[in-house]
Amino acid sequence: MTTPETATARLSRLLTMVPWLVNRQGIDLERAAADLGITVQQLETDLRLLYLCGYGQMPDELIDAEWENGRVFISNAETIARPLRLGRDEALTLMVGLRALAAVPGLGERDAIERAMAKLEEATGASAEAAARVQVSIDEGVEADLLADARRAVEEHRRVHLRYLVPSRDESTERDVDPMRVVNLDAHWYLEGWCHRAQDTRLFRMDRIEGLALLDVDGTPPPDAQLRDLDAGTFTPREEDTLVTLELQPGASWVSDYYPVESVLTREDGTQVVALRTADTLWLRRLMWRLGGYGRVLAPAELAQAVSEGARSALAAYESQEAAAGAER
Amino acid sequence: MSSPTGPAAKTERLLNLVLCLLYTRRPLPKSTIRRIVPQYGDAASDEAFDRMFERDKDELRELGIPLVTQDIGGAWDDETGYRIDQREYALPDLEFEPDELAVLGLASRTWAHASLAGPAAQALRKLKAAGIERDGDSLVGIEPRLGTSEPAFESVKNAVVAQQTISFGYRTAGQGQARTRRVQPWGLASWHGRWYLTGFDLDRAAPRVFRLSRIDGAVSVVRRATPYVVPADHHAQEMIRTTVGEQVQRSARLLVHRGRGGTLRRRGSIVEEQGQWSTLEVPFTDGDALADEVCGYGSDVVVQAPQDVRDLVVERLRGALAANSGGAA
Repeated sequence: MTTPETATARLSRLLTMVPWLVNRQGIDLERAAADLGITVQQLETDLRLLYLCGYGQMPDELIDAEWENGRVFISNAETIARPLRLGRDEALTLMVGLRALAAVPGLGERDAIERAMAKLEEATGASAEAAARVQVSIDEGVEADLLADARRAVEEHRRVHLRYLVPSRDESTERDVDPMRVVNLDAHWYLEGWCHRAQDTRLFRMDRIEGLALLDVDGTPPPDAQLRDLDAGTFTPREEDTLVTLELQPGASWVSDYYPVESVLTREDGTQVVALRTADTLWLRRLMWRLGGYGRVLAPAELAQAVSEGARSALAAYESQEAAAGAER
Repeated sequence: MSSPTGPAAKTERLLNLVLCLLYTRRPLPKSTIRRIVPQYGDAASDEAFDRMFERDKDELRELGIPLVTQDIGGAWDDETGYRIDQREYALPDLEFEPDELAVLGLASRTWAHASLAGPAAQALRKLKAAGIERDGDSLVGIEPRLGTSEPAFESVKNAVVAQQTISFGYRTAGQGQARTRRVQPWGLASWHGRWYLTGFDLDRAAPRVFRLSRIDGAVSVVRRATPYVVPADHHAQEMIRTTVGEQVQRSARLLVHRGRGGTLRRRGSIVEEQGQWSTLEVPFTDGDALADEVCGYGSDVVVQAPQDVRDLVVERLRGALAANSGGAA
């Protein structure tokens, strides 16, 4: 957590935590903290606070919390032994999430999704109506068969052979992959797995998979294979990457939203100066051509030069093509 | 120990207040509450206590705690009593099947960013408070995720759910400068990985679609705005699809260098092979998007037709050439 927890946020957390613990009497302290998504230290602080609270201040009116031997027991907490109803955002996140799942092509759990949804709607009433005003779609850009095959490979721990298009190098590649998960991020489906060619985990965008074959080979990834933290996006810069500085006109400011950048400085006239790190500058050249006059490379100078040279030769291709077309006719 | 006025003391006070109001069968007058909740004893004066109590009541209600007031008559005619009805407070008893919990678990992990990942996890914990952990493995390996990286997401979502008129600075595609828009929000939807707000634009007196990433700066709630109703037949995704997405599909004729233009080759069909070049017919709906893609391939792809896409490409390349020539600034 980046900002300190407010008193009301903590209260809300405690009111959820107490029923959870009451139904798990004797749970291991560390396990409880992990499941509750907090540190052991935080949990102990919370328990100490609970111990001071009650519907009155007589000993028999106070909540009793005990955790000295590493196991958590809570008693005399009947008044808050049931969780508070779902709040607006809580209901919304689950309902919209369920609807997102329902949109996954070829997912076999539709029945469970509908039943869970019906129960949630019953439990939340008015929030359900509000949640319906937030809509998602994640069903784009992938064939149901490919998605089903990839998911089966993950479930059955089977290695797959991929023919995969790498757009940044514009080439088709062949590789064996031990699949780890299928994930949808910003409307694209990815297969994440251990790539034997790269000897590292890789994300493969599924609309760029030209062919996927399930092999009769065990596809358990090496134990040190790490799933990426996707909350930061699909692209993780490294320290040793080249530092690039771009100047973006307001029409191109989406770039700083779309790509993970190190810093953004917005000038008074609305132009941005953006710094980002990347190992491969080919995609950046491509980006700069796309941006037309809206983007300019400030540094390194070699990249600026490569962009202008590439643009010049692309334009030349047009002119020669124009001349050729004229000559033919 | 914590300070008597710090956030820990406030959590303690609020929790004691919730406990005593849930415990009591008849509404409690303020004077009794002041006596039962020890932290109110720290209030310097009657006025200070009154202010503190009023704030606390508001904050509990904001958390969704159903605090009710009731006239309790008695010795003083106008005395008000307070209590929390356990039946209104508690989440109704919900029995979830293991497969329902599994899809709910997956739904709660849909949110990639902290602002909604927190409520999602808390919601799931509430639903699981009484249940035994039996998450099936049936959904292993598949993860739909919804990114909400747009800074305006949180405040726009709140306005959509609460039906509040908002105003914000907005940049349209063509112009760099942000203009203020006042909108009655109808819906929020993701489409092709981006979030859009639909609603009634008060200044243009017409329904409009807004891309969240183009909202500039803070979103503010318009005070004393006229209440409005969301049209019953409004479907946010449908409106976005017809407004943002062009409907007409056209075909472009491209010259693509041998072994290059992978993404275009995947979508198009080869009309002719001659020397180092293939002629491709590629279907498209959005000329700007196609021009972007073509520009990314530099001199490896040349648009032959239609003329409007050809012009867009040449314009971008000339812009990129002009902006990036003449060395680093």
